[in-house]
Amino acid sequence: MMDADGRPRQPYVDYHDWYAQQDPALLAAKSKEAEHIFRKTGITFNVYGHSESAEKLIPFDIVPRIISGKEWRRLAQGIEQRVVALNAFLYDIYHKQEIIRAGRIPRQLISNNAAFLPEMIGVRPPGGVYTHIVGTDIVRTGENQFYVLEDNARTPSGVSYMLENRETMLQMFPELFHRNKVQRVEDYPSLLRQSLQSLAPPGCDGTPRVAILTPGIYNSAYYEHSFLADMMGVELVEGSDLRVIDGKVKMRTTRGYQAIDVLYRRVDDDYLDPLTFNPESALGVPGIMDVYRAGNITIANAPGTGISDDKAIYSYMPEIVEFYTGRKALLENVPTWRCSEEESLAYVLEHLAELVVKEVHGSGGYGMLVGPAASKAELEAFEAKLRARPDNYIAQPTLALSTVPVLVENGIAPRHVDLRPYVLVGDKVKIIPGGLTRVALKEGSLVVNSSQGGGTKDTWVLED
Amino acid sequence: MLGRTADGLYWMFRYIERAENIARLVDAGLRVALTRSGATDDDWDGVLQSAGVRSAYGARHERLTSADAVDFLLRDTANPSSVLSCIEAGRNNARMVRTALTRDTWEATNECWIELKAALSKPLKAKELPEIIHAIKQCTGLIRGAFHGSMLRNEIYHFASIGTYTERADNTSRILDVKYYVLLPSVSSVGTSLDNVQWESILRSVSAHRSYGWVYDGGYRAANIADFLILNVQMPRSLAHCYEKIVGDLNHLAADYGQRLKCHETAEAIYATLRSRNIRDIIDQGLHEFLEDFIRHNNQLGIEISEGYRFYT
Repeated sequence: MMDADGRPRQPYVDYHDWYAQQDPALLAAKSKEAEHIFRKTGITFNVYGHSESAEKLIPFDIVPRIISGKEWRRLAQGIEQRVVALNAFLYDIYHKQEIIRAGRIPRQLISNNAAFLPEMIGVRPPGGVYTHIVGTDIVRTGENQFYVLEDNARTPSGVSYMLENRETMLQMFPELFHRNKVQRVEDYPSLLRQSLQSLAPPGCDGTPRVAILTPGIYNSAYYEHSFLADMMGVELVEGSDLRVIDGKVKMRTTRGYQAIDVLYRRVDDDYLDPLTFNPESALGVPGIMDVYRAGNITIANAPGTGISDDKAIYSYMPEIVEFYTGRKALLENVPTWRCSEEESLAYVLEHLAELVVKEVHGSGGYGMLVGPAASKAELEAFEAKLRARPDNYIAQPTLALSTVPVLVENGIAPRHVDLRPYVLVGDKVKIIPGGLTRVALKEGSLVVNSSQGGGTKDTWVLED
Repeated sequence: MLGRTADGLYWMFRYIERAENIARLVDAGLRVALTRSGATDDDWDGVLQSAGVRSAYGARHERLTSADAVDFLLRDTANPSSVLSCIEAGRNNARMVRTALTRDTWEATNECWIELKAALSKPLKAKELPEIIHAIKQCTGLIRGAFHGSMLRNEIYHFASIGTYTERADNTSRILDVKYYVLLPSVSSVGTSLDNVQWESILRSVSAHRSYGWVYDGGYRAANIADFLILNVQMPRSLAHCYEKIVGDLNHLAADYGQRLKCHETAEAIYATLRSRNIRDIIDQGLHEFLEDFIRHNNQLGIEISEGYRFYT
């Protein structure tokens, strides 16, 4: 919030004034109230490995993170460029693979990758779009220095928190929204519906029918699935509701079976179709891939999209962006060592205590090593893992992440954050101003994942 | 609407209704134990039977004691019809059909679950029971209030309503069936001194011990009690009232869908019986047989609705 001279940074000027006039006890009470709102609304997630009834709240911090309009415009341009490149890359990888022929990325990176689906080769998704909903994780290390940490191109979650956080702030601090012109995020559900409808299969006549496919109420993100279906006004379906009939995917309604044109699936590739992928899956729809290949349903995001946000691919993103857009990437990648390369591995092993090491296919902050925070024993254990399977890991420097203020017991204190803006790709690319700010609530911690004790806060992009 | 959503709504409201009914039964059971001098733990036998869990109880407990029976009925998760199990199942169904519910209805359900889960998490002391039973009735009442106050009167409402009244009819008929032997001997011996406590307990378990007096002059009479609980459409827990509602809901669905199904005929037939019979005939021809028939037909209707509206396949 403050600059080096101890003055509030420009976007925080008004908030800072307002905050100075608030009674700390009242703010603490508001913070409790927010927790109550979340609990009663059922905005919870399930933690894997706990009993099924263990529903947890993600802590919500009532101090907004504020980004100026100017800062945002720069970010948005960089994100759009990246998302366009991701879709072009996916199309290429499942068709002519020109980027490999051009020698920009190694062939084995694709052919040996479990996220690459041979079933998708030659398939052209409706509108040529593979990743319809993207959540680009961004961190800031300085006034003008942003890095992309991850491209979540398969099924980015968390957008319900972006919406509920805003809703909660509007309810609790209406006066702040009179004083500050904050850009809207509330249109996300209707934009998402329009965006998905714009990519309906060519044979669809009338208004395309959209449905969200959920694994069910025990899934960790179930709240989000039902919330989005509710806000979008579309059906929330499970695999058991769906059946392939006459070459279409249809859902069982009280009036009989009705065709679905666009399926926003929140089920992983592997579980999508037991006839094509994991035969044990009861979450998917037998035969849906045949319907998809015949061009009779749009699946968002497309199967096989994971090949573009894999952490091994990530390190090639600067090359990928340049190859498909003809311009240098506007947003930088975090420098990344691929442990599969001998020289890199040697460097990583030597500097383990300074680096962050991640599993190539991991997510959610599991299975990662934060060198500076690790004990000697942890470092040694990780070194063994690295030597055993070097190609399973990448390493990055520990970044001096920016901090934002959060409310703690005695006033406010700085904590590290990242930012996940949400991007919709339909007939146009739309980026929602703001996104989900995740915050590492433990003092000094760099891990913002909710599964690891992270919280969230409302993110404001100002109109200026 | 998805068939699974209709199914979820129907069961959500059945479970919430059941939770409330179990609380009433426990309330009535406690009352008997309090007011009757020679009260025995055997009185709980009837309560467990009315709740349809007598044999399930036997599998969990060797002896029948008041404390064990209350625990089993309110908070034992091994009992699928305990209040805690019902609230959990009702709320799980509500999560499944979240998109069909108004925010008010969902939040009332979720808050009910939060409150009762906490209240029923540990063994209960006898002195805490009145408060807990009150909380159960209040929580479920809030769900019903939010539902009636905020939901559109469309198919969602009707499937939910059918669930409520199917469960309620089942419950009332079971209470009567378990206690019919208390009513029967007295039918012919009007005016003799009878077991008022037992009769009051029947009425109390459907929260009707006061309203009975408003409708029927004079003291407890077997035929009047049976009439009140079976045939009186004004009585919100009577079989006739439940079927008036179910038939109404089904007719709305038929009009909405432009189609009448087998379940419509079944419901109409049950309702016609309840409207045309009088209580003397029913008692003369066998109250127990009448109730057994009713329970069977009520179940059959549930199956026909789930088939007609594609709940499962």
